[in-house]
Amino acid sequence: MSWVLIAEQALNGLQFGLMLFLLAAGLTLVFGIMDMINLAHGSLYMLGAFLASTFVALTGSFTAGVLLAIPATAALGMVLEIVLLRKLYQRDHLSQVLATFALILILNEAVRLVWGSDAPLPMPSALSGPVELLPGLRYPAYRLLIIGAGLSIAILLYFLVAKTRIGMLVRAGASNREMALAMGVNIKRLFTLVFGAGAALCAVAGALLAPLLAVQVGMGENILILAFVVIVIGGIGSIRGALVGAVLVGVVDTIGRAFLPLAFGVFFQPRVASAAGPAIASVSIYLLMAVILYFRPQGLFPARG
Amino acid sequence: MKKNIFLLIVFLSFPLVMQAADNLFYVSFASRVMIYAIAATSLNLALGYGGMISFGHAAFVGAGAYAASICIVEGLTSAWLGWPAAMAAAAAAAWLIGAVSLRTRGVYFIMITLAFAQMAFYLVNSMKAYGGDEGLTLPQRASGLGNEVAFYYVVLLLLSLTLLLLHRLVNSRFGRVIVAIRENEARAEAVGLPVFRYRLACFVIAGAFAGLAGALLASHGKYVNPNVLHWSQSGELMIMVILGGVGRLWGGAIGAAVLLGLEHLITDYPIGWLERIAPNYQDHAGLGIGLVLLAIVLFAPQGLAGLADGRKRAAA
Amino acid sequence: MLRLEALSKRFGGVVATDGVSLEVAKGEVHALIGPNGAGKTTLIGQISGSLPPDSGRVVFLEKEITRDSLHERVRAGLARSYQITSLFRRFSALDNVALAVQARSGSSFSFWRPVAGETRLFDEAASILDEIGLSEKKSQTASTLAHGDQRALEVGLALATRPQLVLLDEPMAGMGPEESRRMIALIERIRTRVTILLVEHDMDAVFRLADRISVLVSGRILATGRPQEIRANAEVRRAYLGDEVAA
Repeated sequence: MSWVLIAEQALNGLQFGLMLFLLAAGLTLVFGIMDMINLAHGSLYMLGAFLASTFVALTGSFTAGVLLAIPATAALGMVLEIVLLRKLYQRDHLSQVLATFALILILNEAVRLVWGSDAPLPMPSALSGPVELLPGLRYPAYRLLIIGAGLSIAILLYFLVAKTRIGMLVRAGASNREMALAMGVNIKRLFTLVFGAGAALCAVAGALLAPLLAVQVGMGENILILAFVVIVIGGIGSIRGALVGAVLVGVVDTIGRAFLPLAFGVFFQPRVASAAGPAIASVSIYLLMAVILYFRPQGLFPARG
Repeated sequence: MKKNIFLLIVFLSFPLVMQAADNLFYVSFASRVMIYAIAATSLNLALGYGGMISFGHAAFVGAGAYAASICIVEGLTSAWLGWPAAMAAAAAAAWLIGAVSLRTRGVYFIMITLAFAQMAFYLVNSMKAYGGDEGLTLPQRASGLGNEVAFYYVVLLLLSLTLLLLHRLVNSRFGRVIVAIRENEARAEAVGLPVFRYRLACFVIAGAFAGLAGALLASHGKYVNPNVLHWSQSGELMIMVILGGVGRLWGGAIGAAVLLGLEHLITDYPIGWLERIAPNYQDHAGLGIGLVLLAIVLFAPQGLAGLADGRKRAAA
Repeated sequence: MLRLEALSKRFGGVVATDGVSLEVAKGEVHALIGPNGAGKTTLIGQISGSLPPDSGRVVFLEKEITRDSLHERVRAGLARSYQITSLFRRFSALDNVALAVQARSGSSFSFWRPVAGETRLFDEAASILDEIGLSEKKSQTASTLAHGDQRALEVGLALATRPQLVLLDEPMAGMGPEESRRMIALIERIRTRVTILLVEHDMDAVFRLADRISVLVSGRILATGRPQEIRANAEVRRAYLGDEVAA
């Protein structure tokens, strides 16, 4: 168990966590500001990946393809918000759950009709090699790109939310929607914008992760549940919570999968270790969530007091 | 009352008629519908009456299915042992998940139940000793109920008991409290009711009956695999409940019958003219179901039972 | 009966309750008055259990209940009616009260026997409805009741738990003169059975009903005393009563 292995896994965890953050950020704002539970958020992530695949094929350039997919997905997200999701804000949570669940079914099939069950999005060859970060520590360049992109967006988001007027409106809406309304904020436009931004973030994550995971129908659901775990841990409505939660989940999950079975092998007999190790590893983040919830049912940084 | 007796006669004689016609497929299908009716009814208790939007109900079905399967595989083939064990296992799972989840509210609760159900899915998936992701095939049904007609009657009996219990429960003290908590939780607490305790009890009872459905499901197909715990199964149960009518006694049963019936019709009875416009439409059944569900949520949130009630009232 | 010892509560930079000490004696009607924003709701929350204080103690019937939950306090005999009507809107008036009676009378972990058969429960609920003047409307759905009737039902729910002390949080909120008179009559009827801590803005009612009055300003008790003393108190006049009270 060398430090190189540990460092690698830690970086993998960070990379995954940052992508989770992109999904979680949009999701937590929708929950926090619109008080709406949107199960179809993962579908936007899927759409982003599929659109990126098409654009990359059309333009022949990975960068161009990814960059085109972002506004395209954002536009689709905003159309969805205006046409359908807007009607759900006033409804009860059960209706929102069922309607957005229906949306998942519809979007999955729609994607299957247009693209088929999966689409290719290969890693750009320029980035497929490793980079030597430190003597002895070589890390795939592409994953470094993801980390870089994730961190940049996190900083950009922080700047937007904390230092600009729009960000202030968003924060106000997240902590007290009625008050924001009373202060004359154009809620409808704000909501559409927030939704579009969330969709854009999903597209970035979807497109960037596509070469590593596969682009296929149904890819949104699994990562959606992880995003839920992140938000529950971080606190609804809080971007800071989303970041902390996402990195925590990413690192715990990755390191857990890599080292828990080994650790179990050290402390327990092989038969127990080989059965229990992987099982505990796959649920480590849910256990983390349960523990955090027990002490802080509102998460680590809830936006609402 | 006369309508109920008529229904009873139909249900009782159905398998015998089918047996005479040498068509046992539909007897088996009817059993499957009734099993899902039990599962959907159990969800209706937690969700429709209790107001707890649990997106992880499939975990309890799965707990029951696996508990019953493990009993059979380990040689304990009596249903008298396996099925109560399944209910106990599911109830225990509901207790654990509920104890943590019910401290939270609103969107948190929905997400947490979903997350825990997913956790259960992964746990079961990694249980190599009992099939892992390939699933577990059972050598026989519980108590050797291989005869389709006999199995049908057993399931019919259990479904009837479940519905009877739900009916009594709803009108009992407990039922009143549960509905009051759903109506105004703060007020319920303010008249001296320990809200958490009652909610948890409701959640656990619902979980137990989901476990029963799971045990029956495992016996029915003589097979169980982790997919029975997948959150999309929770979604299907929710669709059944809203289709049939949230918070109405027959909601779960009606929803199960309609959804499974539709699915069967779509996959096994291709519609000629539809095929010409949209070949392979059967592969995209999800689209239709999604659109129907969306339509119901937007336009008929009371479900089919609600529509029927509305029409009865209008006619009166 | 009820003793508050140096209760304090702050929300961020705002001190809502600043070392409040108060005593409510058995059998009295004790009114709590004060300008808007004085912290009355926060204080009531800490007494009833919906808000935990930062420091200080709440002692009820010689037992400390500072950290007890809402429902534990109700079981101990401390009930509350709400300023913003909080009923079981889709239940009938009778069912509303019956539920409170049911909550008080033993466990509700009973799954088989229909509640409808418990005549004693409904008889008691009916008599409470009688007391609050809603007998004729007992089958009416709570959400369709007139405002004054809903406020009366609020009080009825609190009474059904057979409390020793009732916190009435602005029972006359939003009422016209006729409805207010009925509410005052209701309070007069029940004062012989329960101790009452009354939070109100309606000065007429306060001076008519109260045995003692405490004045809350900016989270602090400015004065406590009999109505005449309070009326005569210059500081209170300046802070709150002003021209509202005729000489």
